[in-house]
Amino acid sequence: MLRFVARRFFETIPVLVIIATVTFLMMRLAPGGPFDLEKQPSPEILARMKAHYGLDKPLWEQYLLQMKHLLAGDLGPSSKYPSRSVNEIIADAFPVSLELGCEAMAVALLLGLMAGMVAALRQNTFWDHAPMSLAMLGLCVPTFVMGPLLISAFALHLDWCNAAGWFFPRDRVLPALTLGAYYAAYIARLARGGLLEVLRQDFIRTAQAKGAGGARILFRHALRGGMLPVVSFLGPAIAGLLTGSFVVETIFGIPGLGRFFVTAAFNRDYCMIMGSVLFYAAFVIAMNLVVDIALVWLNPKLRFE
Amino acid sequence: MTVRGASLVQIVLSLGLLLSCGCGHRQTLVQIANRAGQYRVANGDEPSDLDPQIAIGQVEHDIMLSLYEGLVYGDAKDVSPRPGVAESWDISPDGLVYTFHLRHNARWSNGEPVTARDFYQSYHRMLMPSLGAQYSYMLYPVTNAEAFNTNKITDFSQVGFKVLDDHTLQLTLHSPAPYLLSMMVHDSWFPVPVATIQKFGAIDDRANPWTRPEHFVGNGPFVLKEWRMNSHILVVKSPTYWDAEHVKLNSVYFDPEESYDTQERMFRSGQVHTIRQAPQSKVAFYRKYKPQLINIYPELTTYFYRFNVTRPPLNDKRVRLALAMAIDRRAITETVSRAGEIPAFCLTPPNTAGYTAAARLREDVPQARRLLAKAGYPEGKNFPNVTLLYNTMQSHKAIAEAVQEMWDKNLNIHVALHNEEWKVYLDAMRNTNYDICRAGWSADYIDVGTFLDVFISGGGNNDTGWSNPEYDRLCALAASTGEQAARYAAFQKAEAILMDEMPLIPIYIYSNPRLIQPCVKGWYPNLLDCPNYRSIYLAPQTN
Repeated sequence: MLRFVARRFFETIPVLVIIATVTFLMMRLAPGGPFDLEKQPSPEILARMKAHYGLDKPLWEQYLLQMKHLLAGDLGPSSKYPSRSVNEIIADAFPVSLELGCEAMAVALLLGLMAGMVAALRQNTFWDHAPMSLAMLGLCVPTFVMGPLLISAFALHLDWCNAAGWFFPRDRVLPALTLGAYYAAYIARLARGGLLEVLRQDFIRTAQAKGAGGARILFRHALRGGMLPVVSFLGPAIAGLLTGSFVVETIFGIPGLGRFFVTAAFNRDYCMIMGSVLFYAAFVIAMNLVVDIALVWLNPKLRFE
Repeated sequence: MTVRGASLVQIVLSLGLLLSCGCGHRQTLVQIANRAGQYRVANGDEPSDLDPQIAIGQVEHDIMLSLYEGLVYGDAKDVSPRPGVAESWDISPDGLVYTFHLRHNARWSNGEPVTARDFYQSYHRMLMPSLGAQYSYMLYPVTNAEAFNTNKITDFSQVGFKVLDDHTLQLTLHSPAPYLLSMMVHDSWFPVPVATIQKFGAIDDRANPWTRPEHFVGNGPFVLKEWRMNSHILVVKSPTYWDAEHVKLNSVYFDPEESYDTQERMFRSGQVHTIRQAPQSKVAFYRKYKPQLINIYPELTTYFYRFNVTRPPLNDKRVRLALAMAIDRRAITETVSRAGEIPAFCLTPPNTAGYTAAARLREDVPQARRLLAKAGYPEGKNFPNVTLLYNTMQSHKAIAEAVQEMWDKNLNIHVALHNEEWKVYLDAMRNTNYDICRAGWSADYIDVGTFLDVFISGGGNNDTGWSNPEYDRLCALAASTGEQAARYAAFQKAEAILMDEMPLIPIYIYSNPRLIQPCVKGWYPNLLDCPNYRSIYLAPQTN
């Protein structure tokens, strides 16, 4: 397993270099720059600011310089927030996005797995149709509709929580529900499918014949196999929860990284764009690795190859 | 097979319970804040910095007004200059020498006195070419300030700032500027704590972290206590401020929420006292059903369309005039933008520091048709392809569509619409790579010069390719006259040229549909939308 992890780690380096290079080229090809403002500063001032961020050098030199800094772990200064470094901004904002992501994932797993299990065990009854219809709804309603609807109901009419903000534990509930709903729906359908397939297999019938109880069969025998599709889905789901949190962060006024990720592009904040893209890339790669390890652990037919 | 699993209904119910636990009828944050004397503001965006010599936007400006005080400050009602750190000033008869007498009890938040030397050093820093301060031109009326800022001279003692003693500062101007005191209300004239800045890095380093709450030193009525990016900024009353006894608020809380819709929801759920701008779609609702919560007032900002006068057919003045005359501005403000904007028939907003333009564009469709015919496009025939560019935003799109339809109906010409993301749009405008483009211009201080100077030949923000020697001469004349009447006479002639040559189409003067709770007292609408935190107080009973 160590060899597997080490190999994956070394494969990551060229991937990140390619991502950094493509990002560099794309952001430099986009028209406009960080200091284009409605009120244009004088040419002298503009030249000074460009010099401060090294933007006056030839492009290839800027590329090499940025790569050198990146290798040293220095993501550079933010041109939008002059007194802050990108490292600092990410260190500040990412824990918030991570917390939101984990809570949304908890919502997704809790709701999704329960609904999936109930539906699989009570196939073709009300307890199958009701959660699966809800799940279909969850898949169809986008977060920018779901968020304001939940706020309207729980914050503005029932007055149970704030309409936006990230201060009290109760501020977490609506954003986590909004962000987690889509994934809960997806997981419910995957879990139902996975479980139905496993429940029809011979070893389950054997267990039943041996007189094992329903709960024992479900949790001890069926769940492990039934969860495989869900676990494979977790890799992309985690990536989606983290990068997709931009909309939810905006709707609920949450100080996470998702907003920087998007606004950096609008601001042409070059170091911030590069920093957040690479950070997310590395994070998603790491999560996929964790999922791969989990899959091998769950499925005895797979090996670390 | 039977499994006792929790039903979905139970899960939903328990989640609801979790959400509602300990709730019942909550007290809103505004109610709590009213008792604590905290004014809560949705400020519109995360400030880029709180260094008044580096930050440039309105968002930063609104926070910095609480943290610093210049020699003068803007009156709560009309932003006219009032004695700030300077308790009085003398102006020489020729209008060239200003002598400011500083208060002896003005203090920084670290307890040190605010002296004339502090202002001198601050203006030195502002003008250092190496700092690259974008608003350094605000100091250009002072002798040699521009030369020093652009590296033509390197000896700061040649610039017209002079410390006469600890509490007397003298400014010498190269030519009279009757608007100087109005200009000095702006952030670029605030003092900065040079000794503190030097403690945390080079004086001219843009990345100097001295504005962090743990390092911060200011001289305003409030001092920076907390700053968490994209979360909030909290400023608390400064005990060292010279007029602290008249400051009624204990703290001001700035929420950087960007989305207008989210801000409006925060306002409705009682999280903030005020939001700068109601979402456009909600303005009509508030005006009709909640007029006590909305305050609509004009701002010194003009919405207009630029022409690229270097491209045919727009290089023909008659075509430009025809296009400008064939727009129904009232229809736009009343049925499209609908937030109380004022239709504009010239570039400058009416009654700007006593100036109202005499030259006015006339909306006249028959005349527009005649002009178009004279230019060679009778009934709009053979009119070349022209594109109207705007930055991607629903409100700009709606206006562009209305204008497109008016031109189609009134002149029988079809103009294509094209939208671009903000920076791409700016890039196209800068390089005059467009036919017609949407634009806005707002004043930094109350004076018409800030509008008319934009269109001088080769001006950095002209962006139309238009130039007129007589116009340049009149603007230069206005800049060198100390007599306000003579300045305005020159500006009147200049604006008449602008409205005759029409390198731009004025559309409307912006208005600000601010939502504000009735419990906020001592707040006044003004042309620069400049809040005065000293006059604001909260009346808890009314909420």
